Amino acid sequence: MTATATALPVSAEGRWITACLSERLMPERGVAVLLPNGDQAALFRTHDGTLYAIDNIDPFSRAAVLARGIVGDRSGEPTVASPMLKQIFSLRTGACLDVPEVRQRTYRVREHGGRIDVRTHPDEAPQ
Amino acid sequence: MRQLVVIGNGMVGHRLVEAVLDRDSGMAWHIVVLGEEPRPAYDRVALSSYFDGAAETDLRMGDLRADDRVELRLGERATGIDRGARTVTTSAGTTLHYDALVLATGSAPFVPPVPGHDLPGCHVYRTIDDLEAITATARGTGTGVVIGGGLLGLEAANALRLLGLRAHVVEMAPWLMPRQVDEGGGALLGQLIEDTGVTVHAGAELRAVEPGDNGQAAHVRLGEDTRIDAGLVVFSVGIRPRDELARAAGLELGPRGGAAVDAACRTSDPAIYSVGECASIEGTVYGLVAPGNAMAEVVADRLAGGEATFTGADTSTKLKLLGIDVASFGDAHAETPGALEVVLNDAPGRRYAKLVVSDDAATLLGGILVGDASAYAGLRPLVGHELPGDPLDLVAPGRTGGGVGVGALPDEAQVCSCHAVTKGAIRSAIANGAADVPALKGCTKAGTGCGSCIPMLKNLLADAGVEQASALCEHFAHSRAELVEIVLATGIATFSELIAKHGTGRGCDVCKPAVASILASFGGGHILEGEQAALQDTNDHFLANLQRNGTYSVVPRIPGGEITPDKLIVIGEVARDFGLYTKITGGQRIDLFGARVEQLPAIWGRLVEAGFESGHAYGKALRTVKSCVGTTWCRYGVQDSVGMAIELELRYRGLRSPHKIKAAVSGCARECAEARGKDFGVIATENGWNLYVGGNGGFTPRHAELLASDLDSETLIRYIDRFLMFYIRTADRLQRTAAWIEAMEGGLDHLYSVVVEDGLGIAAELEAAMARHVACYSDEWRGVLQDPEKLARFVSFANAPEAPDPTITFETEREQPVPAGPVALGMPSRRPPAGGDTAHTGSAQPQTMEV
Ligand code: SRM
Ligand SMILES: Cc1cc2nc3c(=O)[nH]c(=O)nc-3n(C[C@H](O)[C@H](O)[C@H](O)COP(=O)(O)OP(=O)(O)OC[C@H]3O[C@@H](n4cnc5c(N)ncnc54)[C@H](O)[C@@H]3O)c2cc1C
Ligand code: SF4
Ligand code: FES
Repeated sequence: MTATATALPVSAEGRWITACLSERLMPERGVAVLLPNGDQAALFRTHDGTLYAIDNIDPFSRAAVLARGIVGDRSGEPTVASPMLKQIFSLRTGACLDVPEVRQRTYRVREHGGRIDVRTHPDEAPQ
Repeated sequence: MRQLVVIGNGMVGHRLVEAVLDRDSGMAWHIVVLGEEPRPAYDRVALSSYFDGAAETDLRMGDLRADDRVELRLGERATGIDRGARTVTTSAGTTLHYDALVLATGSAPFVPPVPGHDLPGCHVYRTIDDLEAITATARGTGTGVVIGGGLLGLEAANALRLLGLRAHVVEMAPWLMPRQVDEGGGALLGQLIEDTGVTVHAGAELRAVEPGDNGQAAHVRLGEDTRIDAGLVVFSVGIRPRDELARAAGLELGPRGGAAVDAACRTSDPAIYSVGECASIEGTVYGLVAPGNAMAEVVADRLAGGEATFTGADTSTKLKLLGIDVASFGDAHAETPGALEVVLNDAPGRRYAKLVVSDDAATLLGGILVGDASAYAGLRPLVGHELPGDPLDLVAPGRTGGGVGVGALPDEAQVCSCHAVTKGAIRSAIANGAADVPALKGCTKAGTGCGSCIPMLKNLLADAGVEQASALCEHFAHSRAELVEIVLATGIATFSELIAKHGTGRGCDVCKPAVASILASFGGGHILEGEQAALQDTNDHFLANLQRNGTYSVVPRIPGGEITPDKLIVIGEVARDFGLYTKITGGQRIDLFGARVEQLPAIWGRLVEAGFESGHAYGKALRTVKSCVGTTWCRYGVQDSVGMAIELELRYRGLRSPHKIKAAVSGCARECAEARGKDFGVIATENGWNLYVGGNGGFTPRHAELLASDLDSETLIRYIDRFLMFYIRTADRLQRTAAWIEAMEGGLDHLYSVVVEDGLGIAAELEAAMARHVACYSDEWRGVLQDPEKLARFVSFANAPEAPDPTITFETEREQPVPAGPVALGMPSRRPPAGGDTAHTGSAQPQTMEV
């Protein structure tokens, strides 16, 4: 597969780190990635092969579990459901679709040479 | 940058700062917050939960310090304002310049100046410090008296009760909560409160608090001749706005105190605003948080250059106090000229309801409900609108089967008062495609506050003819039972194929686990094989139950509850070696809590080696078959209940089903195994076994009903096979057997005809399906341990497989590890701090009840 990155604003900071080998990331099943500053990203591959990463810590329970949620879609928007209390988050924008004022930060992702990289810093500061 | 100084870091001051930050995208403001209390803002409304075990950290609001535009100075009081110089002086000796100043100093409890009011042992009920002081005093006494029988006084009385004291409430008015309820409602309320063990003294005047020999409060004297023991006294007779700073600075005050402000929340000095309980807005001081929050939003808008004004607030009250429903809304005291009252005083039924209507009996003005406030959600939005029918029918729905249908509401009626959403707005959201409650929450915000309007949202959806019952979710128009038929008829074996041919989109957390369960019930194969793994809930994915801090629990199967000493020792050793919290469950087995994902394989390695297998506590599957000792030991036993329980548990273990299945076997009619509370229960008779079905504990308990009696063991098992497979084929997602039978056309009779008489001619098919299940069973944990690819998924981090999740920490309670930190299953603040404190501004309802 060639590189697929989500089309989001380029972050000023950060660098790429390797998250895992491509074969490790099953479609529609996330993995968590520990970032150098101690933050965590939840990394996903949707059914059509697109890669996404958002903050892994569930803002409702503060547990680091979003990578373990069920991936699907709501009206076509790719989503993950928090396994804790089932709130739905957009993988594209990080927005919580059930509680509009809540939003996860998003991270850029790229795939090349059989590896998947994520950016160490999010695309934008949380609002 | 301009400087905003906020005096007071209470609920409203906190909200104000959040609201300013939200709007301040241009970074125009630097904000200094002065808080007299030693701790950051907390949820005062939930203060009483402190006595129900909440910790201080559970009550915290979001952490303002996470934003570097904010300087939070705690334990520092503002001592004066120099309006000319635009400065504030503080108790730390600092002088702060302001461009804009907000007074958010709240209010202070009023203490009546009776003799002895300041003795040690006398308290007020406002801050966490107050509660700590009350708790300390409570340790040395057996009786507490609350002076004041209003809303807060009753909360305080409950707190004393929870502290183990004999509690009294003294109210000067002739009945409790005189501001919210009338005499009739108050009389019933008094009775209901007394039923909880709190003694009520209504119409009683406090004369003095009298000291004992040690100089502490020991009694209170009421009127001439009543003296009650009181080692602890709590005053709750009202609050006074804290307007001392405003007064000293020469700002105009309201008629009953409080800094006078206009609709823009501006005081008589345009650079100074005031919000919350210390503000007198157009002559009124509100003692509730919602109007304060509305004022905070107004000020934030003004500071951002907007034109917002305060437009009044809903002061309706509904509460559950000491388990008693009380609601009061609109013109509850019939103060509108010509208003009429319709009263239902149902003494034996312990409920009181009053509706206040206009002089022509056409319009609802307000009302009071005591004892049963279930009509509140329907009535409150009707205030100011034409009544849909005979007022009595509205408060006594049983009478004619009436009640307020949501259809009767006019479009302008407010359905959600937390977010001021009208029926019209909800109807248009439905017309624009919102097809369920979550969708309505997302686009209108209705239902995201206190949650009390959610039943109305459901009714509005139903009224609009939105099919909710049968379609599984937005991806499948079929019900679960229809999908079973499709899977059986077509032999489709993957989710991708099923959704491509019979659904739309890529699925969600509702349809994926449901389809996974159907495929597992009929397909066999490991549930984590291939694409199936991506369908499973986290519990099934890690074959363990997710806990609130992101760890998992481990439940080995202990069939029938029978276990050898050696196996018990292994469980103890494993728990000790991995530092797990251990608890005996309500299902006759042992739960080990606090395992991190990467520990699960090693834990299960040890357990499997010792002969244990998965207990499926995580699955929608058979849980336990509980047993009593029966003929093995008991002098009354008539059959081997332990043996039968073990046989049944081993037969049905791992069986995936629409919801969990629980069972029990009792050795005689004394029923020590509680079989009639189970999905299927077996009770021994002299001649064999009686089979009961459709029992449930949980939310809606129901006794199982007798399906067949005096069965031999072989027939018993055959009937249970048929019963379970019929359930798996036809029940809805997350429908326990009790609800399934209740919803079944023909009910138990129909079930009898299918299971016992083979009325549908499918008995052989059902038995064959069960035989396949029994033959194909294998332990899911053993399967994982033998498969390196599956094992590889048991890590916290893909890029650091050895690293434990740093957010998981433990503390010790009763000599065992428990999750450290607050229970935080609520709403996050608007901007969740990046790794800081837990924050919640209300509690979100869990979206589904399951697992
Ligand atoms: C551990 C245990 C409590 C205990 O400390 O004893 C427990 C714990 C949980 N119960 Fe339970 N229930 C436990 C016995 C019960 C019982 C009593 C019994 O089984 O004899 C009941 C009432 C009987 C019944 O189910 O009819 C019970 C009724 C529920 C319900 C309500 C079900 C209902 O139909 O209303 C839920 C919620 C649900 O399933 O939707 C629930 C859900 C849960 C969950 C799974 C909630 C969750 O999502 O985290 C808890 C997690 C367990 C874990 O992480 O390991 N638990 N739960 C008990 C485990 C028994 C076992 O060995 O498997
Ligand atoms: C037990 C209890 C239960 C309640 N239940 C409900 C309920 O169910 N529903 C409801 O709507 N409301 C309820 N309330 C009322 C609600 O808590 C208040 O309306 C709300 O807290 C008001 O917010 P505020 O910011 O105006 O005042 P507060 O929350 O009191 O905050 C004011 C803060 O300012 C500080 N302060 C005062 N003077 C100074 C100074 N000079 N310098 C620095 N700091 C200062 C105070 O120490 C305090 O921390 C309840 C209150 C209590 C006590
Ligand atoms: S149910 Fe009957 S046999 Fe079983 S323990 Fe109780 S008394 Fe004994
Ligand atoms: S009334 Fe709708 S959430 Fe409170």
